[in-house]
Amino acid sequence: MIRDALSIAIASGAYSLSFGAIATTSGLSLLQVMSLSLLMFTGASQFALVGIVGSGGSVWAGAATAALLGTRNALYAVRLSSLLKVSGLRRFGAAQFVIDESTAMAIARDDENDGRFAFWATGLLLFAFWNLGTLIGALATTALSDPRVLGLDAAPPAAYLALLAPRLRAREPLAIALAAGLVALICIPFVPAGIPLLIVAALVALYGLFGKSA
Amino acid sequence: MIWAGLLVASAACYGLKLAGLSLPARWLQDARIQRTVPLLPVALLAALIATQTFSLGQHLVVDVRAAALGVAVIAVLLRAPFLVVIVAAAATAALLRLL
Repeated sequence: MIRDALSIAIASGAYSLSFGAIATTSGLSLLQVMSLSLLMFTGASQFALVGIVGSGGSVWAGAATAALLGTRNALYAVRLSSLLKVSGLRRFGAAQFVIDESTAMAIARDDENDGRFAFWATGLLLFAFWNLGTLIGALATTALSDPRVLGLDAAPPAAYLALLAPRLRAREPLAIALAAGLVALICIPFVPAGIPLLIVAALVALYGLFGKSA
Repeated sequence: MIWAGLLVASAACYGLKLAGLSLPARWLQDARIQRTVPLLPVALLAALIATQTFSLGQHLVVDVRAAALGVAVIAVLLRAPFLVVIVAAAATAALLRLL
């Protein structure tokens, strides 16, 4: 089980290398980049925030988008709470490690003790590798005089795409993704940068909450 | 200003994780919430791709970033690892700018 957790953590190192590089290219300081991996610690939200700031959007549009992308972690935590049975200070510690990978590893176990162990092992190892990778990516990029020469400023959409692809295995999410991209493009000329994202989020929330269920 | 945004966003993301562990489960087990929340990352990631590929401020543009995205799509369809997708997209933009 440790080996599974370790291999996921090492794989996440590749994500975080590119996060460190992209975040540095977007103009954040090393301390700012590291604070995101240490404090926010949820990949899609981190990529979105630095991508929006890097493309000239306001940091608040980035912050709102990051928070909206983080809502899924609340549902993961609900699924995990009956398994983890954490209270007091341990709950505040456990919360930070509630992410896609640790949830998937924990709920895949039949035995509750195994599930708890998988959660902590995956969460802690991934946290360590995620921050190490971010640091290396950021330091390597800081050493470059102009990261644009490597095309890193054009890389955020590729990162979003790689994060999105595994979520598109059914027809409804694929249709929603295409509609969301189209709505965002239509909004671009009419509202400040970053706002199209919030319009898309509001529309998909209305669709999910009040549309007819599939 | 940047710091305030980073810290508020980080606190919000942590708060969402903690809320899920702390609030009564039935509050968040409403069928409509269970259905809607997984749609948010799908829609937002797609909107992020669209806006950061095809806009410059409030202008719609097609530039090297579109080619970089095209290469990323191919890499994803070929099931390339994450880092390969990123490097392929970045390299495409860098090479086209050299031309």
